Amino acid sequence: MTHYLLSIYQPEGDPPAPEVLGKVMKDLHVLNQELKSAGAWVFSRGLHDPDTATVVRLQGDDVVTSDGPYLEGKEHVGGFWIIQAPDLDAALGWARKAARAITLPIEVRPFQDRPEA
Amino acid sequence: MGEIERVFRAEHGRAVAVLTRVFGDIGVAEDAVADAFVAAVERWPEEGLPPSPAGWIITTARNRAIDRLRREASRADRHAQAVLLHAADEPLPQETGPVADERLRLIFTCCHPALNRPAQVALTLRLLGGLSTAEIARAFLVPEPTMAQRLVRARGKIRDAKIPYRVPEAGDLPGRLRSVLAVVYLVFNEGYAASSGPELTRADLCAEAVRLARLLAELMPDEPEVTGLLALMLLAESRRAARTGADGSLMPLSDQDREHWDPRLIAEGQALVRACLRRNAPGPYQIQAAIQAVHSDAPSAAVTDWSQIVRLYDHLLELDPSPVVALHRAVAVAEVEGPEAGLRLVDAADLPMYHLFHAIRADLLRRLGRTAEAAAAYEAAIALTENAAEKTFLRGRLGALNL
Repeated sequence: MTHYLLSIYQPEGDPPAPEVLGKVMKDLHVLNQELKSAGAWVFSRGLHDPDTATVVRLQGDDVVTSDGPYLEGKEHVGGFWIIQAPDLDAALGWARKAARAITLPIEVRPFQDRPEA
Repeated sequence: MGEIERVFRAEHGRAVAVLTRVFGDIGVAEDAVADAFVAAVERWPEEGLPPSPAGWIITTARNRAIDRLRREASRADRHAQAVLLHAADEPLPQETGPVADERLRLIFTCCHPALNRPAQVALTLRLLGGLSTAEIARAFLVPEPTMAQRLVRARGKIRDAKIPYRVPEAGDLPGRLRSVLAVVYLVFNEGYAASSGPELTRADLCAEAVRLARLLAELMPDEPEVTGLLALMLLAESRRAARTGADGSLMPLSDQDREHWDPRLIAEGQALVRACLRRNAPGPYQIQAAIQAVHSDAPSAAVTDWSQIVRLYDHLLELDPSPVVALHRAVAVAEVEGPEAGLRLVDAADLPMYHLFHAIRADLLRRLGRTAEAAAAYEAAIALTENAAEKTFLRGRLGALNL
């Protein structure tokens, strides 16, 4: 089994209208149930807006804190899943379901093997 | 040496495919097969070809890979240990039967949609075709380090993202097969009308594409689009000798000496088209093959059944409503209804970045006597094509206009 990160790419701006969002949330719930009963679900959660982000970085000997996301862009990661799947085709199958449910692009990226594996 | 080279090209795909299943790792399989061919070059000239060269290569490759992996595993290389474990559970298959299917798995892995098209093409030619990185780089006119990098990245993605090594399930097969056929056709087209460079054709790429299509047709006899693609390429290939003049210049279909068309390839291509018609499950490649078959039927350009070609393009346009198809249909319409009608359709296709759009417009404008507009269109076509033979042809046409 390989772990995959499924990231949701969300445009900046206001969230969709309540009735649209309501359907998305319902489809998302169904998908998460399906992931869980298939044993593929490891973790998933939505993120607050990027303007809630804080970056800390090493500058010389100091660690500097700055307000805002690391990358400013028209799109940002709005949430993600960590799933486990036997291969990329299985992971892409889940990603297709996710893209249908939330109507936003999903990036699929494999995790490195665990050191003890 | 020539014989070893022949075995290498013919058996490389099969050997890599079998060993990929044994080791579960394409990189290990490729290295093992390369080692085995080095051994063959050392031994076969003296000992002669073994009774089954392919079997010898596969067995030798497996044994050498296991020796190497054992050395690496004893140095606590975890990847080598995992690959060895995989190999222990996978016996070498018999040489007949399911072995053929191994290559099918390999081509579906190479053409996986998670890999970009240049990577799919490079991997297919490298692993199935046995072309060297240098050969593929030359064929696609990119520097060898660039091509090597492309192959390294693609192999790395297959390994790290766990792109599976299997034939897709029935539900996914049509979409995945489209990607495989597109790769094979792209290889063919790159060889047939090289997008850039001094030679009009690169015969070796066409031959490789036909070889891959024959393999697919053998492995998937029930897929009519596979048959259609093979027929399309054979019929196009049948005109190779007539496509260029003695000086290497381009000969358009209408001016070709049909005596120089290869009757053997035409017969084979037309038989495949007839088989597709009987099956009656048309698809874009089959229809394009049928269009080529109509040309092949005509003893001269003048007696071509253009109405039939227009009907086939109508059908193709239903399945693939793209401006490029509309453009080619316009050429056929011009033959049936005259250049005026053709030009209206060409202008509607509106492909300003495609050199053939301007070349076809130029030809129709020339036939309508609109010389100044024809000249401008030839200039636009010349500016957009990188192929030297096509450029020369278009310059000739431009020069022949009575401005």
